[in-house]
Amino acid sequence: MHVTVDMNLCQDHGQCAIASPAVFQMNDDGKLEYNGNPDDSLRDEVEEAADVCPVQAILVED
Amino acid sequence: MSAHVAVVGGSLAGLRAAEQLRSAGHEGPITVFSEEAHLPYNRPPLSKELLADEGEPTADDLHARVAFRRRKSTEDVDFQLGVGVEQADLAAGTLQTYDGQTHEFDGLVVATGLRPRRLRVTGPEEGRHVLRTLEDLIRLRGQVRPGQDVVVVGAGFIGCETAATLLKKGCSVTLVEPTGAPMNRVLGVELADAVQRHHEAAGMRFVIDDGVHGYGGGDAVAEVQLASGGSLTVDLVIESVGSVPNVEWLEGNTSLDLSDGVLTDNSMGVVGADRAVAVGDIARFPNPLFDDVPRRVEHWSIPTDTAKRAAQSLQAMLSGGQAPDAPFAPIPSFWSDQLDLRFQSFGSPSLADEIRIDEGNLDALTDGVLATYLRDGRLVGSVAVNLDPARQRRLRDDIAALAP
Ligand SMILES: Cc1cc2nc3c(=O)[nH]c(=O)nc-3n(C[C@H](O)[C@H](O)[C@H](O)COP(=O)(O)OP(=O)(O)OC[C@H]3O[C@@H](n4cnc5c(N)ncnc54)[C@H](O)[C@@H]3O)c2cc1C
Ligand code: SF4
Repeated sequence: MHVTVDMNLCQDHGQCAIASPAVFQMNDDGKLEYNGNPDDSLRDEVEEAADVCPVQAILVED
Repeated sequence: MSAHVAVVGGSLAGLRAAEQLRSAGHEGPITVFSEEAHLPYNRPPLSKELLADEGEPTADDLHARVAFRRRKSTEDVDFQLGVGVEQADLAAGTLQTYDGQTHEFDGLVVATGLRPRRLRVTGPEEGRHVLRTLEDLIRLRGQVRPGQDVVVVGAGFIGCETAATLLKKGCSVTLVEPTGAPMNRVLGVELADAVQRHHEAAGMRFVIDDGVHGYGGGDAVAEVQLASGGSLTVDLVIESVGSVPNVEWLEGNTSLDLSDGVLTDNSMGVVGADRAVAVGDIARFPNPLFDDVPRRVEHWSIPTDTAKRAAQSLQAMLSGGQAPDAPFAPIPSFWSDQLDLRFQSFGSPSLADEIRIDEGNLDALTDGVLATYLRDGRLVGSVAVNLDPARQRRLRDDIAALAP
């Protein structure tokens, strides 16, 4: 599974980090860091992270 | 096996319902009836980025920027765009659309959301705006220019956001609010007063505890007449005075409770109907995080949360399978961007009878403030202003811990 976040859109809302902390984290500067190639077993929570992003910045591909 | 589900309303709630029905194992046909001409799109940017944006984007450009991505699982969902539902008979499983057609369904998802409430006052119609749909935004964008005098009626979250965006755009903005400081129903008076001072320092004007009595002008609104007798000169007015649930199409079904949205049980099943669920802003459901009183919740997070539970419930009703029986206790969550402030709330601050400012200084909101909301001494919500997003998890967990 491949994850991309459009960093031009992302406003560091951090909702993704709540939905899928294994893949998305807010660093000490309050900025988003994420794993672009998470394990397939995390698909449900990654899709949930994409759903709850207020600016719909997260793209999940196979 | 191949039950047909009709989803009425094609915005966030309708889209998520279709997606979640597929996730819940529904394989039959799904038709989404949508009054709007566009595939589902995201509303919050309408009062933020999309209103702020300079340039001359077309309607399609604007839609493309906020359209939700279509998931593979919903590729075969039939979106009937521009096809509003005039009435539905839930017992018979039929609905009529405004184009005169009748459709049959086995299961129904009610996802018709809200429309803006309008002021019933005298005066010209031209120059009066609301902001809920992409068409509203396009109309507003077509008329608003830097330097204009704008009056926003209603200082709730959407009104304040719209006012803030227009101020940044170079308009001269006055907010008129009959019932106290901006957003005080949610934030509480102390924080609301602080936000008002903050916005005033940035150049926003407030007329508080006064309402609109009428509009003056020739072809278009040129003057806002206040209940107190005063008046304001304007180029355009935006009314942001609350919303009305779109329930009229259900009114023939006398077993339903439509007194404020559509009453559901805790699993989003419509009370008084067999194979129907309600999702999103229109659903009035009890949330055991707080008590057993059903309430509507107009937050962006709610369509996604309620769609999941509603889809599981409807799938169980249609297939005779087992519905989840754990209490459904979604965590209300909203954010709002106004000038240099970002609000992030969890829980239901408006239920509070006591508010504590736990962190920060109300005269320096940009440095970060945390307000905690209690009812009978028990936590019910929190509002963070400009706090580090990394702290949200903890604030949300505190609300989640209220679950019985
Ligand atoms: C300008 C604006 C800014 C916002 N900003 C924020 C924010 O910052 N944070 C936040 O948490 N929330 C925000 N919200 C709220 C959030 O957008 C809503 O909670 C969300 O849109 C609710 O989705 P919904 O699908 O339940 O209802 P709606 O979005 O109201 O959708 C209902 C749909 O049903 C259609 N419909 C109605 N009647 C019929 C009918 N008879 N037949 C067919 N279709 C019908 C309507 O045309 C509409 O498309 C904002 C809302 C607006 C308008
Ligand atoms: S939820 Fe969206 S906006 Fe927020 S940090 Fe994640 S990607 Fe960025």
